[in-house]
Amino acid sequence: MNVHARPSKLLKGATGDWEVVVGMEIHAQVVSQAKLFSGASAAFGAPPNAHVSLVDAAMPGMLPVINEECVRQAIRSGLGLKARINLRSVFDRKNYFYPDLPQGYQISQYKSPIVGEGEVVVQLESGEVVRVGIERLHLEQDAGKSVHDQHPSMSYVDLNRSGVALMEIVSKPDLRSSDEAKAFVAKVRSILRYLGTCDGNMEEGSLRADVNVSVRRPGEDLGTRCEIKNVNSIRFIGQAIDYEARRQIEVIEDGGTIDQETRLFDPGRGETRSMRSKEEAHDYRYFPDPDLLPLEFTQAYVDELAAQLPELPDEKKARFVSVFGLSDYDADVLVAERGIADYYEAVATGRDPKLAANWVINDLFGRLNKEGKDVASAPIGPSQLGTIIDLITEGTISGKMAKDLFEIVWAEGGDPRTVAEDHGMKQVTDVGAIERVVAEIVAANPDKAEQAKSNPKLVGWFVGQVMKASGGKANPQAVNELLKSKLGM
Amino acid sequence: MSVDAATVRRIARLARIAVADDEIEHLAGELNNILAFVEQLSEVDVASVEAMTSVTPMAIRMRADVVTDGGIPGAVTQNAPVREDHYFVVPKVVE
Repeated sequence: MNVHARPSKLLKGATGDWEVVVGMEIHAQVVSQAKLFSGASAAFGAPPNAHVSLVDAAMPGMLPVINEECVRQAIRSGLGLKARINLRSVFDRKNYFYPDLPQGYQISQYKSPIVGEGEVVVQLESGEVVRVGIERLHLEQDAGKSVHDQHPSMSYVDLNRSGVALMEIVSKPDLRSSDEAKAFVAKVRSILRYLGTCDGNMEEGSLRADVNVSVRRPGEDLGTRCEIKNVNSIRFIGQAIDYEARRQIEVIEDGGTIDQETRLFDPGRGETRSMRSKEEAHDYRYFPDPDLLPLEFTQAYVDELAAQLPELPDEKKARFVSVFGLSDYDADVLVAERGIADYYEAVATGRDPKLAANWVINDLFGRLNKEGKDVASAPIGPSQLGTIIDLITEGTISGKMAKDLFEIVWAEGGDPRTVAEDHGMKQVTDVGAIERVVAEIVAANPDKAEQAKSNPKLVGWFVGQVMKASGGKANPQAVNELLKSKLGM
Repeated sequence: MSVDAATVRRIARLARIAVADDEIEHLAGELNNILAFVEQLSEVDVASVEAMTSVTPMAIRMRADVVTDGGIPGAVTQNAPVREDHYFVVPKVVE
């Protein structure tokens, strides 16, 4: 456990500093065709109870048979989290009563999970690097869905999600701020998406988190924690932690104590509130599921999966830094999404990698964000952006023209080289031609030319005139140099 | 290990079984008899015996990731006391 307080993260209370301690349980839906223990489809969005087998509906006599792909996906995820893979794990029954849980228990893993301790390295926007311990990852079944707004006195139950495979990823209480927690979830999501083990779609609930929050005086033992259930966006996770930490500090500073309880985050009000307290504490009465043998596989099986893993964000980032000479921060931004990293790499290969990074991060991202698009649906592909950059490096167009060209290609498409020609975008690098324009302008403005000798700022005015006379096509650098020599500076 | 009246009430509640007050004492006696019978197992020394998970030594069977089932919402909901549009309909449960 990380016991060192990070002073910059402390919260000011009325009576001194407080440290917030956060641990997370991330529920990530496994990417698979069929469910964890049945042959029904795991796809999202189907008519009620259409993706339900008699196993998922817990009809008498039905027996679970594990889906091998879900096992592979859990192992891959564990490897991506740099975690220990347990060659033997056990499925247990977690017993509780709810209408969308027809078995009366969830098949989960309790004492012996498939994946043990690991570590995720998180880079914050400040550049600070935080190492977050992973406690475990286990496989479990999702529950069905209850719909409460269809009828005044009845609830409607749809079991399509019932039995879909989830990975529960539990962090150690190593997080010390809402920013760290947000960055951690984003990083885990990024790793799972690279691996293709979870699609990370938070709107559809493929990835959601339970957040454990407590506060303490720096250096003291852990305080009593509250668990905020089922937060389904990274932004809400941050808001929930900020609100909950403040609430706990106020309670304690007012002489109260924190009750260990489950709370809900209300995004509309930006606050957490206590779930109506259960009549009695949960008693899940875990025991090994007698329908399932222990899950066992060999180290060779794990090694084979490890050998086939794709390059993950951390390795890709290290490569971008060493091969392309990018800054840590730029590399981190570019590797967050595999699609963006692939796009960037296609643009950067064979070109100036830093120029490519600037175009992808500033121009492409800026435009994508403005229109709410993702990189896969960008109207400018990597080869088009590459050509625009080529035109700059060849000296065919200026940086300013390139920005205009980018806008035109974004809106109209086409080969940037042809588009540039069609729009007469070609900077004049012919020194003789520029020289003639410079001579004309200087000759036409003898007073200003005289003044420029004592007031060098006037060169800027001359540059503007020359650019105007050349229709913006003169190479600005060449203009600048020729003017300086012409004006005798 | 022995079971008292409060434990019987709690187990009944967890199992969602209605137990009348006048049944509690009787049930506590029955449960204690069962526990006492099972308690005999603790007389056996199993310190050196590996836990048995299967009568025959075999590995867990796995299934290929193929959709082979579902598409039977009518059959799935057929036995439900109340159903509508292939939903199970139950008394309102809101947390």
